[in-house]
Amino acid sequence: MHNNNTAWIAPVRKSGVTFFTLGFLVFIGMLFSNQYKLTEQTLKPAINNSTHLQLIQPHLNGLMNETVTNKISFINDIRHTFSRYNDTVYQRYHISTTNIDALLTQVNTMGYYDLAMLTTTFNSQDDYSTYKIKKLTDYTSWLAGQQGKTLAEISEVINEKSSEINAHVLAEKSIDNYAVGQYIYALVKSSSSGVVSKHTALFFIFSVLLATIGALMYIIPEKFSAPAGIKNDNIFKNSATNGGLICMLAMTFLVLVYIALYFFPEYIIEWVSLVDPLFKALNGQGASPWSIYGFIYTLAIIVMGIRMFIKYRHSNYHIVRTGSIIFFQSCFAFLLPEILIKLNQPSTDLKNMWPLDYDFFDAWNLDSLSSSGDIGMFMLVWGITLFVIGVPLFTYLFGKRWYCSWVCGCGGLAETAGDPYRHLSNKSVNAWRIERVVIHSVLVLCIIMTGAALYTYFTGIKTILGIDTYSLRSAYGFFIGALFSGIVGTGFYPKLGNRVWCRFGCPLAAYIGLIQRYKSRFRITTNGSQCISCGNCSTYCEMGIDVRAYAQRGEDIVRASCVGCGVCSSVCPRGVLKLENGSTTAVIDHNMKDETMNIVQILSVEEQKSMMG
Amino acid sequence: MSKLVIIGNGIAGVTVARHVRKRSDIEIMIISAETEHFFSRTALMYIFMGHMTYEHTKPYEDCFWQKNRIDLKQDYVDEINTETKVLTLASGEKIDYSQLVMATGSQSNKFGWPGQDLPGVQTLFNYQDLLLMEENSKHAKHAVIVGGGLIGVEMAEMLISRGIEVTFLVREERFWGNILPDDEAKLVQQHAEIHGVHFKFSTELNTITAGNNGRVNAITTSTGEELACDFVGLSVGVHPSITLAAKSNMAVGRGILVNDFLETNIADVYAVGDCAEIEVVEGRNRIEPLWYTGKMQGETLARTITGDKTKYDRGIWFNSAKFFDVEYQTYGFVANEPIDGIDSFYWQHPKENICVRITYQTDTQVVTGVNTFGIRMRHNIWQHWLSHHCTLKYVLQNLRTANFDPELFRHYEKNIITAFNKQYPSNKLTLSPLQWLTKRFTKEQTNAQ
Repeated sequence: MHNNNTAWIAPVRKSGVTFFTLGFLVFIGMLFSNQYKLTEQTLKPAINNSTHLQLIQPHLNGLMNETVTNKISFINDIRHTFSRYNDTVYQRYHISTTNIDALLTQVNTMGYYDLAMLTTTFNSQDDYSTYKIKKLTDYTSWLAGQQGKTLAEISEVINEKSSEINAHVLAEKSIDNYAVGQYIYALVKSSSSGVVSKHTALFFIFSVLLATIGALMYIIPEKFSAPAGIKNDNIFKNSATNGGLICMLAMTFLVLVYIALYFFPEYIIEWVSLVDPLFKALNGQGASPWSIYGFIYTLAIIVMGIRMFIKYRHSNYHIVRTGSIIFFQSCFAFLLPEILIKLNQPSTDLKNMWPLDYDFFDAWNLDSLSSSGDIGMFMLVWGITLFVIGVPLFTYLFGKRWYCSWVCGCGGLAETAGDPYRHLSNKSVNAWRIERVVIHSVLVLCIIMTGAALYTYFTGIKTILGIDTYSLRSAYGFFIGALFSGIVGTGFYPKLGNRVWCRFGCPLAAYIGLIQRYKSRFRITTNGSQCISCGNCSTYCEMGIDVRAYAQRGEDIVRASCVGCGVCSSVCPRGVLKLENGSTTAVIDHNMKDETMNIVQILSVEEQKSMMG
Repeated sequence: MSKLVIIGNGIAGVTVARHVRKRSDIEIMIISAETEHFFSRTALMYIFMGHMTYEHTKPYEDCFWQKNRIDLKQDYVDEINTETKVLTLASGEKIDYSQLVMATGSQSNKFGWPGQDLPGVQTLFNYQDLLLMEENSKHAKHAVIVGGGLIGVEMAEMLISRGIEVTFLVREERFWGNILPDDEAKLVQQHAEIHGVHFKFSTELNTITAGNNGRVNAITTSTGEELACDFVGLSVGVHPSITLAAKSNMAVGRGILVNDFLETNIADVYAVGDCAEIEVVEGRNRIEPLWYTGKMQGETLARTITGDKTKYDRGIWFNSAKFFDVEYQTYGFVANEPIDGIDSFYWQHPKENICVRITYQTDTQVVTGVNTFGIRMRHNIWQHWLSHHCTLKYVLQNLRTANFDPELFRHYEKNIITAFNKQYPSNKLTLSPLQWLTKRFTKEQTNAQ
C-alpha cells in the first residue's frame, strides 16, 4: 500500500505478541514452581521475635520437615496454625474456675493462702502452668501466709485477681495480625526452594526480558507503518482497549496482583526471588515484594514510555514530558531509594510528598529522619518545603502538570502504561460531581489523620476525642492507601480509565488542583470559534473533563483536575486547543463567551499606526 | 404562549434552540428524523475509524434537553401550513407553532450517473450514510472516491483505516482545486499518496456498473478507463434540502431564500444553516454549508427571534480542515488562482508538510488572507490583523504572536522571515522580539473581553 516496503511489520509485530504472551505465561507459571519445607533452620530466622517463636513453635510441629509442593495448602496450613493458636490462646492461658476451685479447696483445708499451693494446683511443667503460677505470684504474693484473713476475703481476692490476669492474656500471649502477616511471608520465603531461585537468570530472561522484547517488537515497528500523526484507529473496536473482554482479563489480573501485594505477598514469593540478585546488588539487602513491584512498575513506564515516544513522535510536548516521567521514575523513585539503603541512609523518594506520601509524618519516619544526621534533616526539610512552597509556586507558574504529568510516579504510570485506557474515563456531569466530593474528602481525611498522628507524636497522648490516632492512621492506610490507590486506582485502569486514583482519590492532586483552579497562570486556550464539537478532546481526556463543552463555546478551560497531559490539544482535528501559561485571567465566564460572533477588538491609535507601517 | 419549532437538529437548528433558551422562556421544540439527539456530523469519520463511538459525538448529555426544556421529536415533517401555522408529521401528529425555523441542512449531490444508486455506491452526509458505509465497506477491497473535496478525503481516510485501497477521481487538475492554490494542493496530494491514496486528476466519472450479485463491480471514467471496485463514494458537494420548503410556499432558489435577518418570504418563518440561501444585492447569493457559519447564523437568528433583531454578519472568513495528518486553517480570503492586484507570499518547509501562504494587496501591502498547513494560528490574532488591514510587513514581523502550536513545538517564523527577505532583498525584516509579558498575554491579545 505504501511506497516504502512495510511487509516486514506485521510478522514482527505478531511475533512480538507471541513473545510477550510467552514471557507473561512463564511469569505467571513460575508462581507454581516452588516447594516448601519447614525446618528448624527456616523457622528461626523467619520469626525474629524470640517470644513469638517460643509461643508458636510447638504448634508448627506437625508441619515440620515435610516437603510440600502445593503452595496454597502450605500457606493455608501456616495461616491456620497461627489463627488456631490465637483462637485458643485464651483457653490455654487463662485461670479457669476449675483452677480457682482447686486452689480454694486447698485454702479451705489449710485455713490460709500460700504460694506453694500454686505449684500443687498447676501440677505440670508446661508453659501455661508456668505462666499462671508466675502471674498469680505477682498478683497475690501479698496475700500469702497466715495473716488472719477470712476465707471469704481470700476467695474474693483470688477471684478478683484472676479476672484481672485473664484480661491481659490476649495482649500478652496472642500474636498480633501485623506480625502474623510478617511471619507467614518470612516462613514461606525461608522454607521455599525451587527452580526460580536456582536459575534466576534463566527465568528472568524467559519471563521479564522475553515479554519486554516482545512488547518492544510490537511497539517499535509502528514508527515505520505510517506517517507521524494521531493514531487512534480502532481503539473502540478492539476489546483490549474498549473495555471489552481483554480489558476485563487485564483488570482481573491487576486486581489480583494488587491484593497479593498488599495482603498476601507470600503468594508471589517466586517473583521476589526473580529480582533478588538485582536488588542485592542495588541495596545490599535483597528484594521484598515491593521490589518486584517497583521493578515491573518502572519497566512498564519505560517500555510504554517508548510507545509514547513513537505514538506521539510528531509532538515535542509529549516526547519531552514522557522523557521527564521516565527520568523521575527510574532515578528518583527506583534507583535512589535503593542506593540510599545501601548507604545506610533513610530510603526515600525525593519527588514524592505529603499528602500523597501519607506516611511522611508517621512517627517512625520522623524518628528515622531526625536520627539520621544532616541527610535525614535535609530530607525532612525538603519534604516539607516541597508541598509548602514548591507546590504553590510551580503550580502558579505552570499549572498542575508540573507534577501530575511530568514528575509523579502515579501519573507516570497513568501517562505511559495507562495511555491505552485514557478514553475509558467517564465524562458525565455526575462523574464530575462524585469526583469533587470524593477527592476533597480524601484530602480532608488525610489532613485529619496526619494532624492526629502529629498530635500524638509531639504530646504522647494517644487519643483525640476518644479516637485512637493510630487506628485513624491504619484505617487510612487500608482504605485509601491500599484499596483505593492500588486495587481500584490502578487495578481498574482497563475499565474506568487510567487516572482513577488521580481523579477521584489523590489528596495531593486535590491540593494542587485547588491552586490550579484559583491561582494559576495555566489554562487551555480555545482558539476563537474554530471548534467543530467532534468530541475527540473530551473522549481522550483521561481526567474525564468534558473539554468540548468549553471549547465549543469559545471558553478557555481552567479546571482543578486538568493534569496538562496535552492530549486534547493533540487529538483536536482543527487545532483549537493550546495548553499555555498566561499572565492574564483566562476567559472562563461562559455567559460572555458563548457567542462566536464579533470577537474583533478595538485598536488603539498607536497600534493602528504601527500596523500600517 | 408562543412556541418555537425548529425543523432539523444539526448545528444550526440546535444553536438557535440553545441561544433562544438563554434569552427567553418560550416553548421550544426540535423535530428531526435523523437521530434522537444532536450529534456532531463532523465526527462521523471518527466513529467509523473507531476513535470514538456515537455516544461520544453528542455535544450535550441526553439530560441536557429536558433540563433546558427543549422538546425533541424524532419524526419527519410532511407538511407545513403557513396560514394556520400547523405542521403535519409523518406519524400524522399535528404540531402548531408561532415561529418556525427551517434548519433542514443539505443533501449530497448526485449528477445522474448511470448506476449511481447501485448497492455499494453511496454518499456520506448523515448518520444513516455512516451505517450504510459500515455495511458497504465490510467486504470491500478497492474503493473509488469521486470528487476532490473535504468529504472525499475524509472517506478516503476512513476506508484506508480498514485497509481498503482507494482511487480518487478528481475533475480538476489538482486536489480541491477550486479552493487551494497549486502548492497547497500538491502538498495535500503528496501526503495523501503516502497514506496510499491513488489520485486520477482531470478525470470524471462516466458510469457505474454492477456485477452478477447486483452490487457495484466497476466504474468507467471520462478518460475511457475502467476501474474494478466494490465501493464507490460520491462526494461531489451538497445542495440545500428544500423540498419541504418549496411545497410550503416558501420562496426557494438553490436554497431557501432569506434576507440578511435570515427571514424567509413568509412571516415568522426563518431558515438557517446549510439550507439557507442569503440574497445579496450584487453578485451571487450566498449558501454557506459550514459548521461555523451554521453556528453563527443560529446565534444571530436566536437574537432576532427573541426580539433583538440582528443582521447576520459572519465577519472575517475562516475555515479549517484536516487531511490525514495535516491540519489546515485559513483566515480571510486566499484565491485558488492568481488575481490581479493581489500578491501572495508562500513559504514551504523543505521536508515536512508545513507551509504558509499570505496574500496581500499589491499596492497597499494590506494582508487579505492566509492559508496555513501544519502550523496552527491564533484565530483572534488573524481576525484582528485582517479586520484592521495590517500590512504584510507587520504580519510577518509579528507572526510569532499568531502561533498556536502546542508548547515545545519547533517554530518557523525565522525561516519564514528569512525566506521573505531572500525573495525580496530590498526588505530587511526582522522578527519583533518575543514580548511575552507585555504583548502576548495582554488584554488586547487574548480573547478576554
